[in-house]
Amino acid sequence: MAVTSPTVTPPTVASRASFKWLEGFPTIPVLILLTIAFVALFAELLAPYDPQVGTLSLRYRPPFWQTGGSMAHLLGTDHVGRDELSRLIFGARVSMIVGITAVMVAGTIGTVLGILSGYLGGWVDQVIMRIADAWLALPALTFAIFLAAIVGPSEFNIVIILGAVYWTRYARVIRGEVLSLKQREFVRLAVVAGCPKHVIMWRHILPNVINSAVVLGTLMLGVVIVTEAALSFLGVGVPPPKPAWGLMMSDGKQGLMVGHWWLTVLPGLCIMLMVLSANLLGDWLRVKLDPQLRQL
Amino acid sequence: MSQPLLSLEGVSTHYVSQQGTRVVRAVDDVTLSLGAGETLGIVGESGSGKSTLALTLMRLLPPAARIVSGRMMFEGEDLLTKSDGEMRQVRGKRIAMILQDPMASLNPLFSIGNQVGEPIRVHEHASSSSAWQRAVRLLKSVRIASPETRVSQFPHEMSGGMRQRIVGAIGISCEPRLLIADEPTTSLDLTIQAQYLNLLRDLQREHGLALIFITHNLGIVAKMCDQLAVMYAGRMVEHGPVSRIFSAPAHPYTKALLGSIPRMADGGERLTAIDGQPPDLANLPPGCAFAPRCPAVTTRCRAEAPPQFTLEPGRGARCWLAEPLSMRSSAA
Repeated sequence: MAVTSPTVTPPTVASRASFKWLEGFPTIPVLILLTIAFVALFAELLAPYDPQVGTLSLRYRPPFWQTGGSMAHLLGTDHVGRDELSRLIFGARVSMIVGITAVMVAGTIGTVLGILSGYLGGWVDQVIMRIADAWLALPALTFAIFLAAIVGPSEFNIVIILGAVYWTRYARVIRGEVLSLKQREFVRLAVVAGCPKHVIMWRHILPNVINSAVVLGTLMLGVVIVTEAALSFLGVGVPPPKPAWGLMMSDGKQGLMVGHWWLTVLPGLCIMLMVLSANLLGDWLRVKLDPQLRQL
Repeated sequence: MSQPLLSLEGVSTHYVSQQGTRVVRAVDDVTLSLGAGETLGIVGESGSGKSTLALTLMRLLPPAARIVSGRMMFEGEDLLTKSDGEMRQVRGKRIAMILQDPMASLNPLFSIGNQVGEPIRVHEHASSSSAWQRAVRLLKSVRIASPETRVSQFPHEMSGGMRQRIVGAIGISCEPRLLIADEPTTSLDLTIQAQYLNLLRDLQREHGLALIFITHNLGIVAKMCDQLAVMYAGRMVEHGPVSRIFSAPAHPYTKALLGSIPRMADGGERLTAIDGQPPDLANLPPGCAFAPRCPAVTTRCRAEAPPQFTLEPGRGARCWLAEPLSMRSSAA
């Protein structure tokens, strides 16, 4: 313990503090997510072709490095001759928009119900939690297909469906947090000071569960994107000809056996990278924002 | 004392188990009164019903607890007949409370000014800016140095003693008539304790507050309080002016409590403790609850619970030994 290297100069408090916060920062996942977001944002500028218009004479062109491929279509073309790269670029936009808005819808519903359930307790808690239990008992994907069959496929409907399917996870986690927050002295002080319940929930409970909601949101982003892709793959998600990664995999699957591998593998790779990155970021955030894991 | 600020008459609070089979008499037939500007100390062992009594006063009992009887008159109104909404108007505005752990009583996410001003905004519907101005003045009155800068800081930037004083400022923010302090100094070290107690005394004098001090520290009672109520197993076994009780305790339990304070002068003597354990509140002995531990127990004590004997105006005890001294028996 007593042996310290004299050559190592201790970093200043300021720099140590700023680096400490970034400890274990998932650089690569964040870069991937930023790239996808950037591509989604500037799809019109980046995509070389219109993603919805193809040239039938140029169908099933392989990527440029394979024989028969050309630099004109870097990642090849699909069954109606649409440029695969352009479709992947516009597909990123669909995944981003659907993923983020669906997580926000689920998060808002779940957080509000979780706070009401945890704070008010009694019959409110019983009703909300029994509904959540019944909800969880249904397999998420089957339930989503069922809802999609009722309301019909569209991007907006997909967002609502995913929000309606996944709010239960938020509600349960947030309710648990609220139950422990309720016992905290500052909440009791607010009660003793005569604050009405809605003021306590809004001012003292909600700001203290936002951290958990954000962490859960990043973790849920992956789940939601996969579900969206699955629904699109099954034909009840984003309606064609809009390019969505799940839909592109579905379209490409009949070509898989005859060697048109790029039509399924490339969108699949995109989904995998995005989901993995979102989960790694979520894991890091959880450790950073959770005071128990932060070991203060 | 024409009309006391607060008077409790035969208040009982029971915890009832879900099946209704077990009844815990946490507060049993408590009668006491407190004048404006007076200080009442409530002492007793853990589980003697002190905190439940405080929560009864605020009507903030957990769902399993019921106030089964009694009247609680506060400024001429019975608190037990008020609706929940009316009661919320009382809490924080006319009766304020300082909790057991003031260190954790501040929300880490809001600035000090925001939290000190909260009761003012809630009860007086003051604007944020005027509540903020009031918060600065309140911080000054609890002797926070440079309140103008402190008011916009956050709880983690404060020391323990400062946070404690800020909680005190929240307590007096709406100029309440009664402040209940539930063991407010247990989490503080001794020098800060003394400072805080002095501060409470000064605030009491300046604002004409009545103070109820719940503690198990008789030293604090001697320093702070005019009146003392001793609780044992949910009952108030003795009450009266502090000086009278300290000089001549009537109840053996009070005697034992006073005897268990360590004294420097005692030299090598062993500390006296009270033998035995406090009784199970769900299964009280038929007679006096203190009988199994009482050094002066008689057969009557085991068979029959003693009523409240009035020894002199404002002083009473629940003990058969006090009967010969009581005013009622001398009048009879």
